[in-house]
Amino acid sequence: MNMIDKNIAALAEADTAATKEDAAPHVTFRKVQKTYDGENLIVRDLNLDIRRGEFLTLLGPSGSGKTTCLMMLAGFETPTSGEIRLGDRVINKLPPHKRNIGMVFQNYALFPHMTVRENLKFPLAVRKLPAAEIDKKVDRALNMVQLGVYGERYPQQLSGGQQQRIALARALVFDPELVLMDEPLGALDKQLREHMQMEIKHIQRELGITVVFVTHDQSEALTMSDRIAVFNQGVIQQLADPATLYEKPANNFVANFIGENNALAGIVESVDGDYCHLRLDNKARVQAVMGNPLKKGDKAVLSVRPECVQLNVQSLGCANRLGGYVTEITYLGDHLRVRVELAGRKEIVVKAPAAQHKHRFDLGDAIHVGINPEQLRALDPALGA
Amino acid sequence: MHRIPSKVRPLAVAGAAAMSLLAGTAHADITVISFGGTNQKAQVKAFYEPYTKATGSKIIQGEYNGEQAKIKAMVGAKNVSWDVVEVESPELVRGCEEGLYEKLDFARIGPKADFIPAAVTECGVGIFVWSTVLAYNSDALKAAPTSWADFWDLKKFPGKRGMRKGAKFTLEFALIADGVKPENVYKELATKAGVDRAFKKLDQIKPHIRWWEAGAQAPQLLAAGDVVMTSAFNGRIATAQKEGKKNLKMVWTNNIYDFDSWAIPVGTPKKDEAYKFIAFASKPENQKVFAGEIPYGPTNLKGTALVDKAIVPELPTAPQNMKGAFASNTQFWVEHGEDLEQRFNAWAAK
Amino acid sequence: MSKLSATMPAALASENTVSLKRQLGRAERMKKLKYGALIAPLAIFLLLTFVWPISALLKRSVDNPEVIGALPATSALLSDWNGENAPDALVFAAFAREMGEIKGTPVLAGAAKRLNMEQPGFRSLMMKTARAMPPAEGVSPRDALIEADERWADPATWRFLARNATPYTGRYLLASVDRTYDEQGQIVRAGDDQAIYVDVLKRTFGMSAIVTAFCLLLGFPLAYLMATQPPKIANTLMIFVLLPFWTSVLVRVAAWIVLLQTQGLVNQALMALGVTDHPLQLVFNSTGVYIAMVHILLPFMILPMYSVMKGISPTYMRAALSLGCPPFKSFWKIYFPQALPGVSAGALLVFILCMGYYITPALLGSPKEQMASYFVAFYTNQTINWGMAAALSAILFVATLILYMVYTRLTGQQDAASKAR
Repeated sequence: MNMIDKNIAALAEADTAATKEDAAPHVTFRKVQKTYDGENLIVRDLNLDIRRGEFLTLLGPSGSGKTTCLMMLAGFETPTSGEIRLGDRVINKLPPHKRNIGMVFQNYALFPHMTVRENLKFPLAVRKLPAAEIDKKVDRALNMVQLGVYGERYPQQLSGGQQQRIALARALVFDPELVLMDEPLGALDKQLREHMQMEIKHIQRELGITVVFVTHDQSEALTMSDRIAVFNQGVIQQLADPATLYEKPANNFVANFIGENNALAGIVESVDGDYCHLRLDNKARVQAVMGNPLKKGDKAVLSVRPECVQLNVQSLGCANRLGGYVTEITYLGDHLRVRVELAGRKEIVVKAPAAQHKHRFDLGDAIHVGINPEQLRALDPALGA
Repeated sequence: MHRIPSKVRPLAVAGAAAMSLLAGTAHADITVISFGGTNQKAQVKAFYEPYTKATGSKIIQGEYNGEQAKIKAMVGAKNVSWDVVEVESPELVRGCEEGLYEKLDFARIGPKADFIPAAVTECGVGIFVWSTVLAYNSDALKAAPTSWADFWDLKKFPGKRGMRKGAKFTLEFALIADGVKPENVYKELATKAGVDRAFKKLDQIKPHIRWWEAGAQAPQLLAAGDVVMTSAFNGRIATAQKEGKKNLKMVWTNNIYDFDSWAIPVGTPKKDEAYKFIAFASKPENQKVFAGEIPYGPTNLKGTALVDKAIVPELPTAPQNMKGAFASNTQFWVEHGEDLEQRFNAWAAK
Repeated sequence: MSKLSATMPAALASENTVSLKRQLGRAERMKKLKYGALIAPLAIFLLLTFVWPISALLKRSVDNPEVIGALPATSALLSDWNGENAPDALVFAAFAREMGEIKGTPVLAGAAKRLNMEQPGFRSLMMKTARAMPPAEGVSPRDALIEADERWADPATWRFLARNATPYTGRYLLASVDRTYDEQGQIVRAGDDQAIYVDVLKRTFGMSAIVTAFCLLLGFPLAYLMATQPPKIANTLMIFVLLPFWTSVLVRVAAWIVLLQTQGLVNQALMALGVTDHPLQLVFNSTGVYIAMVHILLPFMILPMYSVMKGISPTYMRAALSLGCPPFKSFWKIYFPQALPGVSAGALLVFILCMGYYITPALLGSPKEQMASYFVAFYTNQTINWGMAAALSAILFVATLILYMVYTRLTGQQDAASKAR
């Protein structure tokens, strides 16, 4: 690891301009729309500022517009309306080969008729760099991804992970202004994927480059990103750092899409500052923090993470306490997954630390659950669709 | 038979039935091959249909352009499906020597004395006399050509020429156009210098020649305006005229005439029927019908006598048409045919 | 495992390995036999329909059975003859006897035809001589032969006979490359009136190259379009490409004649549009042949290219663009090399098919557009010179083989380079 650090440091040194973090956004989307058939908007009214040097992930289910957004930035798609800026240039009509944006594709897109070295030389040769400089840069990039000895091989002779690293090296070797990654880890197995996540993150941080990363895997997004833009139906639902996104989802969609979530329906009975009182379907009354602006009589969805629900003794100090029966217990080593049926056939999943709760209750036992109001978020079901 | 296992027996029975069925139909029907087009149409009227009516046997028609390869292959493989074939004279002689055609027994055809002497050969009996003449489209030409020299005169008679693709007759006409007398043509062609002379003469009009292969093509080319003049079989032009193409004209000067003959490929399983057909087709009354359909001269002397007086001037055998005409020299073409055809082909491909 | 083998006696271990190896060998052999049995029908089929006819063809191109078959004794004697003085009485006697025996048979005609091929006039010499044989009582065979024709007194006649009385001959193959034997049996250039086959072979290759080039030029963009369009459009295009396959070649050729002839639709349209004031000669020359052949062979070019292009992911082009390479250069440097196997397969296919083309040039061309196969047909059908037909076919076959070897060499290297595993 020491060795790689050195290599990365060397590459970073050669690239001082990019490491500086500017106040001005690196990429700006302003009122961008995209439609293919003139009827359905794949991207509607997209406004997004990408900061210099950040790792931004576009996260969303398939068809949510995140890839289209990336393709517009790369120049393979043109916005139907609106404006995309790179630095202070409007790049709507700039052809892709003039954008100086590195890109890592889902299936790597390494040129099969060229050796690894030739693949890496390609962007440099196109830029007509002197041969000596090309060799130096290629060597450095190969060492950065620890594949210095594989230069003369053809891509098909490498494993998936190795191809992935070469694709990364190729996207970085010409010192692009920006690197785009389109689900680059989708084809790798779990272990390798987790390893590559760390490696990519590491390199990005060392080089200080701006990365726009597309994925539909929320855990990957949480692991790697500085900020995440959650897409659904062509709209950014929430743009925030991973912790905010997880702890304070802006709406019901985000709450459900990121991490595990318990959703309970209720009606607002009164509003008190940031908090409100609600009545659940089963007549129980609870207090919750307001995630979206709500007023008395509104329908609301209550969202709580499984690990924020307390059981039995631990629930005693909670403002909201509900009774129910244990319907399922799954032992997962460090914690238990407990399914509790509340009155009115509502179910709630609880993650309880195993050390505290092992053998304390059995299937069918009556049990108390407690939720602190600050961890119970009342959201507007109409938002986020 | 009794030892055939029972499972196989139905098959064997069916096979035997099929064989007898084939044999039953096969004995009467014969396959007759001729040169196609209006010639064949006339044969259908004059020979095939009356034969079917008289005997009840059907005739399966086929056509070819005189290539002997298929006959040689059939005879060689002892699997002969052609029973009677119309052949030109050199091919008849060559095929007779090489054992492709049966030596004919004239007792089964008719008295030799009834035929023009030259029409009776070892393996063949003449069907008709035909001529290769100069034909032209009078709409396409201002003046009427009168000789083969005119055929070569591109200034006086501009336009494309048609000729039969091959050395036979083409070389003869070239020498005639170059001023060789008809009686000396084959003497001249037998020498290297004479052949060179003929090809040199052909060089003069080579870029203007459209070659034809089937006899039916010549009147088509003329009528379509693709050529203004062509060598052609007289019967083909005459029938085209009869069909209303009055602008097609013939020049009989220095025409070359020859026989087409019936021959029987060696090894046909229907030799008897083949003889029966040839004898039938050689009857004077049938030859008369044929001449009426297409003006080719009968070979049966009694047939000549029957021919409609109105048709006589159109026949190659009419005295005014015979003036300056000359017979194709079969022996010459047997001897030199392959060599000259090969050279012709080489010349044409250059 | 190491512990196990350590505690086991060494002899037992090695015996074990031997029997294991034997078992493995037996299993492998059984497998091979099974596979062998599976491909046996195909192998036999290929042997019967491919290898055997081609060997027969190659043999036919050097076969020379006519004279030696008709005159076996004479041939044997002539092969021992020094060829300088007149042959001795034995030769005359054998020749006279054998000529008498084959008189009037197809065997004599075959031999006479074969000799006439070499020297026009020999046919009648043979026929005439045979008629005078066998010699009358008391007349020596030599006198009787010279009586029949005095050419038999000339040693040159006998030398000629001797030259052609060999079981095999190179004359057909030599003639196919415009060479021939002279009087002394040396190989020399054939006379100008016979030397055409080198030109014909050059023409065959030239025309094939031109047709292939046109097919490539027209086919490449179409194949690319098909490979990059959505399936619905691609399938429609595919139907148009395949449409010509559904009609016979003859029908298509006839259609081209109708379209291209002097008063055909194309000429009428051109004149109506004022492009030309007199009909253009579009058929019965090279124009017609090229148009029709390109039309007929285009699918053979498009289909292999399409199948290869279909497998090239569009992300390669995107990757090249994103790396800063301009569109055309990206296409040339990234897309084209990957499409090359399809291009070369299509080109090879069209070229080889083209070299064997007969019917299209025969019907739409003039004698100047005829390719090698026309002459094969000419010798097969017209003059029944199957030796010559076989020799020309053999040359064409060898040319195709060489071409194919060059192709596999080139693409093989490329494959080894890019697909090495």
